This record gives sequence, C-alpha cells and structure tokens, in this order.
Amino acid sequence: MKLVLDIALTHVRSRLRQTLVGLMGVAMGVGFSVMMAALMEGSQRDFITQLVDALPHITMTDERREPPRQPAEDLYQVVAYSGLSTKATRPGIKNPYAIIASLDSWLDGAVAPSVQARAVIRYASRDTAANVTGIDPKREAAVSKLPEQLRHGSLQDLYRSSNAIILGDRLADKIGARVGNTISVVSGTGRVVYCNVVALLHSGISQTDETQAYTLMKTAQILASQTGLVNAMRIRVADVMSAFDVAKRIEAQTGYKSVSWQEANEDLLSALEIRNFIMYTVVGAILLVASFGTYNIISTITHEKTRDIAILKSLGFTERTVRSIFLLEALMIGLAGTLLGWVLGYTLCRMLETIEFKSPFMDVSHLPLYYAPAHYILAGLVAMLASGIAGYLPARKAASLHPVEIIRGAS
Amino acid sequence: MTAEPKLKVPLIELHHVTKTIGDGIETTLVRDINLAIEPGEFVAVTGPSGSGKSSLLYLLGLLDAPTSGDVLIQGRRVPPDDEAERARLRLKLIGFVFQFHFLLPEFTALMNVMLPMRALGEMSDAAMKTRAMNLLTSLGLEAHAGKLPGQLSGGQRQRVAIARALANEPQVILADEPTGNLDTASSEQVLSVLRRLVDDTKRSIVMVTHDLGLAARADRQLRIVDGRIVN
Repeated sequence: MKLVLDIALTHVRSRLRQTLVGLMGVAMGVGFSVMMAALMEGSQRDFITQLVDALPHITMTDERREPPRQPAEDLYQVVAYSGLSTKATRPGIKNPYAIIASLDSWLDGAVAPSVQARAVIRYASRDTAANVTGIDPKREAAVSKLPEQLRHGSLQDLYRSSNAIILGDRLADKIGARVGNTISVVSGTGRVVYCNVVALLHSGISQTDETQAYTLMKTAQILASQTGLVNAMRIRVADVMSAFDVAKRIEAQTGYKSVSWQEANEDLLSALEIRNFIMYTVVGAILLVASFGTYNIISTITHEKTRDIAILKSLGFTERTVRSIFLLEALMIGLAGTLLGWVLGYTLCRMLETIEFKSPFMDVSHLPLYYAPAHYILAGLVAMLASGIAGYLPARKAASLHPVEIIRGAS
Repeated sequence: MTAEPKLKVPLIELHHVTKTIGDGIETTLVRDINLAIEPGEFVAVTGPSGSGKSSLLYLLGLLDAPTSGDVLIQGRRVPPDDEAERARLRLKLIGFVFQFHFLLPEFTALMNVMLPMRALGEMSDAAMKTRAMNLLTSLGLEAHAGKLPGQLSGGQRQRVAIARALANEPQVILADEPTGNLDTASSEQVLSVLRRLVDDTKRSIVMVTHDLGLAARADRQLRIVDGRIVN
C-alpha cells in the first residue's frame, strides 16, 4: 500500500499545476456546498423558529373534525336527510379544567386555556377587525413567547385595569392607538367593551401583528357573551417536533380538534422540503462539475504514464494494483479538495455572517446561518464519491493496457 | 533437500506455442514452438527484424499469453487467462531488461531497484535498501544510487535496469536487445554483467539480440525466422 501511495504521490506531484486546478475545483464545490447548506438550513430554522414561537405548538379548539351527528341520524336509517334543523350546541370546550388536569398528568409541556373572539376595534374614528384572545397571564407564559414579544408593557399589566388589552403593534398603528389609550372593542353580537391599551406586541409575523389582541379571559368572555367560556386550549410541548403526534393523542383523548404547528403550516413545510430538494440537487451538480476536473487530471496522468504502467505490469504489478494507484490519485485530490473546501466553506459562512441587511420590513439584520457537521460530512462524502468515480474510469482503462503493446511501441 | 529434484525440471518450457494477433487479418508472431530453458543456461535468440524474437521472449516471461499451446514454469502449466498468477510468477521468478530502460523517471536509481522488492513485500525497508545498494555496487553504480534516471548515462541506466531485474533474485533474466541503444563500451559492460550472472549465480538468461558477436558469447543460440525456430 505504501508503494502504491508513493507512486500515486509522485504522479500527482509531477502534474502539480493541473493537480492544483483540480483540487481547487473540488474545494470550490465543497466550499460552496457547505455555504449553501448553512444558508438554506439557517434560513429554514430561523423561519420555523419564528413560526413555532409565534404560536402555541398545539391549539385545541371546540371544533370537531367530523360534524356532530344529528338526533335524526341516530334514530332513523335512511340514505340521506334534507331540510333538517341542525341541533344547536353550546360553544366552548366542555369541562375545560378537567381536561387541563388530565393533560397535565401526562403531557411533557404546558397547557393554558383561552377564549377566542372576533371583534372590531375602534379608535379615533378608525376601525379594524381583530382576533381577541382571552388568556390567563399566569399560564400563558408557559405556552407562548408572548411575554418576550411584548413592547411597552408586560403581561402582568393585564391585571392593571378592569379591561386591559394588548394590541399587535401594526394593529395599533392602523388605528393610531398608543399605550394608555382607551379603545372600544365591538363583538360580533354588538356588545361594546372599552379597553385600556397596556402593551404592544411584536411577533415578527405581520399577520399576527396586524390582527392579534390579548385580554384577560373574563374580558373575552364578556365579548363572547358567555360566562365561563373556554373555546381553545393553547399547548406547548418540550419537544417541538413531537407536536404532531401529541396533537393526535390529545384529539383521540378529548375528541376536540387539535392542530399542531406542523399541520397548521403544512403547505409552508412542504415548500421547504421542495426547497431542500432543489438545494441538494444544485449542490450535487456543483460537485459533479468539480469531478470532471478530477477526471481530466487522472486521464492526462494515465495517458502520460503509459510507459510506467507497462513497466509496472512487466515487473509483476497486477491490474488491481495499477488501478488502485490511479484511483488513489483521484481520492487524494478529492480528499485534499474536501479539506480545503471545508476551510473555504467555513470562511465563506463567517464572511456572510458579517453582512448586514437593513430594511423597514424585517428584523433580521444578518443572514441566518446554521453550522452543522452533517453539512461538511455530506459535502465531503459526495466529493469523495464523485472523485472516486472520476478516477475509477481512467484507472480501469490504464490497468487494462497491454504492456507488450506499449513496450513494442517504445522500443 | 528440495533443490535437487528441481534441477531436473526445465525452468521454462513452451509446448507447441503459437501466438497470433489481429481480429480481421491475423498475423502469426510465433508458431508451434517447443523450447526448454534450463537453469543456469545463457541462451541467445537471434533472427531478422519481425521474425518473432521479442514475441518469444514475452511468451517466455508470461508478459503475453499464447493463442495456443502451453507455457510451463518449473514444470507447472501457467493458465493463460489467470492474470494475477502470471503477475505473481513474473514478480518472483522472472526479471526483464528491455532495450529502453523503462525506469520510473521520478524515482532515484535506488528506489527503482527497490520497486520489485516493495511490490513483493517480503522484506523490511532496511533489508530492501541494503540489497538494492549491494546490487548497484556490484554493477559499479554505488555513486549514482541517489540520482534520477535523467541524470545517468545510457549505460548506467541499463545497468540500473539490470539491477532492478535482479532485485527479487529471479530464476531467469529475459533481456530484449539490452545493448540495442548503447555504445560499444557500454554494451560490453552490460554483457559482462549478464555473463557474470550466469557464471557466478547460476541464473538463466535469455537474450534477444541482432548482434551475432554478442550471441556467440551465449551457451546456446536459437535462430528464429518467420516465427519458427530454425536452428
């Protein structure tokens, strides 16, 4: 093996300039692959973190997946019904605190009850539709990032006045309200509640910041005209990725529709998967192009070294040994290119991190990059595989050369 | 104990060996050759250009496989399609010297001589180096051990090639026009080395040459015409 390595090294050194070009090709391929992977995964993780943090991991509402069966359906067996008056059911989750106690017993996370109401918010002759969520401030901190997303106030300020409200900052801008202003909140039933703005919310997701408002549960219950109403449970789990399975279990246990963050953003997540597929295809293409350089070098070396091949074979070197010499040369270029590419990729990532983006529409002032050993290992493995294949083809051809023909030609 | 019976068996035998090349228009290089090379024998092969001298040498050295007939090494038939076995036998039993030296240009003379030993892998680095130095010294090249082939004269390169051929202590040296590219003085040097090998170490040598004067110094002469041994 040492002899094979010595010969391979000698060959590679004899074509130093060409070897360096090939090596740089692999290094660029690996470097840019690592950088792209860090950039793509960084932006994806940043996006998911914002998505997950903005909302509870699981939201259980008083809806059901299947519409409730009507009394007539239970009484008669017929093909179809028409013109039936649907049985009215009281909105809200039945026995919410019993459900909370049950979930607390097994759930690795936290549960908070809430009241969802739709309302129109008015201030200074301007009005806008809003989702008003009644929360329990003591439990809310455990299920959402709301306390960290508040500006100009805190969650405890909801206790400060009888009808306190927290508004999304864009929502407040729309109607021109500021902390300390009293705004009117008009429910769908026409009930008007005057609320004092105690804090502003900035989640970073424009839809939330434009439409969301928080009050105490009792205020939301007044708006919904139903005392004691709890029509949603907000759940946070310790393992974010388990939310989908936990939601299914909660739904099976309670019968109420439980939507995980993955289900709520299904289309976005599938778009991310497509994006990842495109990314890895591009990365693969970069490395494939780099491997053509390696193929070119090994082909040139085998062409130049036909006499050496003939003499090695006449000495008793087997085809396999000759093949392994040239394959090793390709792998050496691949390995050196990979190592250099890792350094290049890391340097590029560090450089990208320093770039600042200033825009009134977003908070992120730096590119989100994610450093993962898997990116380096994957790029290295693909580069080595591509180099191996690129080297194997000319190596096989070199090994199959008939020494007699070469010796005759040289004599 | 085992050396005595081996002496009775020819080192290399060709039984009705024919070599043909070409797919459409076939050319017969050697035809129906029967030949035995005995241990310690110096055989010269002569003949006109294109008569099949080198082809015969390549068949004897397992560098080429016969189209028909058998090649036996120390009494054992060598399967013509077993490339690995032929390579192993070449490495252990046969040494080649060509008209062109065929030294690896990036390796020093010492490293070139060590090459077959390293390929065989049966000795330590120190032992290989010692043997290679001894071989170079015996051929008057001790001062040139660290030089690259490009820094040596034609005669010196050919002597390095002989040293390399002797590296694994082969039973037979097959030399194809070893003096073809050398001046008279260098040719004489090379031939003296080959003659000494037969006389001192009892190795066999098969040498292809055009030079009848050189051939006359061999123990046996074979003349080939049109692929057949005529004398």
